[in-house]
Amino acid sequence: MRKKLLLSFVILASLVLGASFANAKDLTIGLKGEPTSLDPHFHNVTQNNQMALYIFDKLILQDSKQKMYPGLAESWKPINDTTWEFKLRKGVKFHDGSDFTAEDVKFTIERIPNVPNSPSSMAGAVGAVKEVEIVDDYTIRIHTEKPAPLTPRNFASFVIVSKKAAEGKATEDFNSGVAAIGTGPYKLVEWARGDKIVYERNEDYWGEKPEWTRIVVRPISNDGTRVAALKSGDVDLINFVPPADVKHMGEDKKLALHKSSSTRLIYLHIDTDREFTPMVTGNNGEQIKNPYLDLRVRKAISKAINRPAIAARIMEGLAIPASQMLPDGYEGTSKNLKPEAYDPKGAKALLKEAGYPDGFKITIHGPNDRYVNDADIAQAIAQMLTKVGIKTEVNTMPKAVYFGKASALEFSLMLVGWATDTGEHSNCVGSLLHTFDKEGGFGKSNRGRYSNPKVDSLLEEALVTVDPAKHNELLVESVEIGMNDLGIIPIHFQVSVWGTKKGLTYNGRTDGYTLPHEIKSK
Amino acid sequence: MLAFLIRRVSQSAVVLLVMSVLVFVGVFYIGNPIDILIAPDASEAEYLAAIKRLGLDKPLWEQYFIFLKGALQGNFGNSFVYNEPALKIILDRLPATLELAFTAMFMAVFLGIPLGMVAGIQHDNLIGRNIMRFSILGFSLPTFWVGLMLIIIFSVYLDWLPSGGRGPTTEFLGMQVSFLSWEGISYLILPATNLALFKTSLAIRLSRAGVQENLQMDYVKFARAKGLSNTRIIGLHVMKNIMIPVITVLGMELGNLIAFAVVTETIFAWPGMGKLVIDSIGVLDRPIIVAYLLITVTMFIFINLLVDLMYSVLDPRVRLGDER
Repeated sequence: MRKKLLLSFVILASLVLGASFANAKDLTIGLKGEPTSLDPHFHNVTQNNQMALYIFDKLILQDSKQKMYPGLAESWKPINDTTWEFKLRKGVKFHDGSDFTAEDVKFTIERIPNVPNSPSSMAGAVGAVKEVEIVDDYTIRIHTEKPAPLTPRNFASFVIVSKKAAEGKATEDFNSGVAAIGTGPYKLVEWARGDKIVYERNEDYWGEKPEWTRIVVRPISNDGTRVAALKSGDVDLINFVPPADVKHMGEDKKLALHKSSSTRLIYLHIDTDREFTPMVTGNNGEQIKNPYLDLRVRKAISKAINRPAIAARIMEGLAIPASQMLPDGYEGTSKNLKPEAYDPKGAKALLKEAGYPDGFKITIHGPNDRYVNDADIAQAIAQMLTKVGIKTEVNTMPKAVYFGKASALEFSLMLVGWATDTGEHSNCVGSLLHTFDKEGGFGKSNRGRYSNPKVDSLLEEALVTVDPAKHNELLVESVEIGMNDLGIIPIHFQVSVWGTKKGLTYNGRTDGYTLPHEIKSK
Repeated sequence: MLAFLIRRVSQSAVVLLVMSVLVFVGVFYIGNPIDILIAPDASEAEYLAAIKRLGLDKPLWEQYFIFLKGALQGNFGNSFVYNEPALKIILDRLPATLELAFTAMFMAVFLGIPLGMVAGIQHDNLIGRNIMRFSILGFSLPTFWVGLMLIIIFSVYLDWLPSGGRGPTTEFLGMQVSFLSWEGISYLILPATNLALFKTSLAIRLSRAGVQENLQMDYVKFARAKGLSNTRIIGLHVMKNIMIPVITVLGMELGNLIAFAVVTETIFAWPGMGKLVIDSIGVLDRPIIVAYLLITVTMFIFINLLVDLMYSVLDPRVRLGDER
């Protein structure tokens, strides 16, 4: 009898325990960065845009490879060259129980350019919009001045806020939670700045219900601490696993690593504009004409760079050699471009042909706290260039100093990165390859001042071509010309790594976001 | 006393003014924050609009005078990235830093001074020597390394204490503090130990030297001759005399603890001011950097004043009003 009692007690206890394990669906995430604000339209940076997706939805969502799929809009199509129609999802509720309607979309689009004191607004995403017409509660038409084929892409970059909750509210009200009312998978519970952000599951979510009932996000900027937090079990998942730790974490049986390629391109920008460029001299320090103007010299530099070696040794395998500005499979990506093969002999021959048999002296500039192993990559490239006869010095500096100088054109050859969050090529062609044009808003980050009228006209035509096939064709052509011309010299795409405790899976995302609703337990 | 205070306050005002100019000009020359804040694919119109919104289109001197005017009314401007008053953001983080710094100082005083006195009295045996060895370690090991070691040993391997963060807090005098709950304390132990290590070593060395010096003095011999107990001689008379240098140095160091807990806060993801200012330097959030430095200077001035006042309590021979 006593034995039976004991047995049933044990069974009961294990049932209770098992049940409580099944219910304990808390997830603690350690992220490298913290959002500067929970106002999703205040500051257009990755940490903020990623956090916004916990609470809010977009009209059009992006999957882990940044392909678009229906979010709050069930469908969208151009009705004519300057009008796009969006059919909205019915029966979606905000966290406060109010209905999501076309009014909220209109309110959001009108709010975006008018967020006070925004250090980097999202106005560009709605810049083409002339008028927002509400057809009925669940149909909305966007009228644009010119044909705007990128409208869906742009509309996949901002989240929809509630008119009822956000009207007349300031950024502080989002931070305190009063206005942070979305339709997203999680509700905001608390933000203790610098320490943690707490979310709980939105039980009325319209989409697939996420597995975790409670999410705690902790900002841990120090790489070593973030890894230690995972190893000690304080957090269940971390992002930005540092390359140096990948090997030993992979050997740890209690942990799992999840890798995904990213759209973060690391490339060299090169002065192809000025007759005399500041950071280049002849071998005896005398001034010489800018050698970068010669395509053969640019080609030689590209051939001198051993991309697979950088990927394998400096990036510990966490990089994919690049041939263009987005990885294969993205809109506007050319199938004809392949990463330049390492060819020091060919590089030397090209330099000789260009009239520099003994090379010249240059300085390569780079940041040392912006991209993964940025200073080391600059060092490696300098050695590779020196090997083919271009005597290269390295000068790296903190990003706070670097980018101002780079934009002021103080450098001639510089290491930079670019992440195309929109997931298509017109964004990077327009910013990096198009002729610098202040008024037109082109070539904003074209720090080498590359200029080719053919690239410009192809891009400009693509930007007003609504037909998707034609649009893509024009983009591909502009990319091919710009890359064959080495307007920039692509090096590699970073690979992002997430670390979790054993038993969790995360497929990773090319935009680098860490989204809890895509984290699953096995 | 009053004249002394007035003189000190007016001197402090000048120091603050000079500091504000230096900091403002310095931060201005590091770089242009807009290049870091703005999305790289923003259009020129947005770029110009953002510059105007942040007031960066005005010449340096004009920006400075706008800042000065605000600062005199207690307004250091809005943070560029948080869009909230810089002062408020810093003061929000202040309790976390103060808690960490005072806990570390508490450890340094209540461990360092007794240990140092023991080392001073028993300077020629094993206990004394081991205390000194510990203090040499405390001096020479870099803070970030010790911090990481503490995490690896106590969080990763032993799994006794959390690896970072602040844990649950309780409200106390209108501030959120950790030390009122056991769980909160468990989050406080490692960072506070890390921060206290150097100061403890300092306290050990200072009090050891003080004890050794004082034990040679006539007043101790006299007291001994008079038949006072050893406990009384050391615990009262010697103690009082060694406290002056210890208080001076630790007072200065308290300022350092609060202002420069940066490394510890970063390693332990402790949400204090130090971490805030590092993040702010990363994005050139000028209002926060300037406000933080001015608050720090003010704090140092205040602590110095306090130290001077404590002198006069401990040693009546020190007269505050004296002009030298």
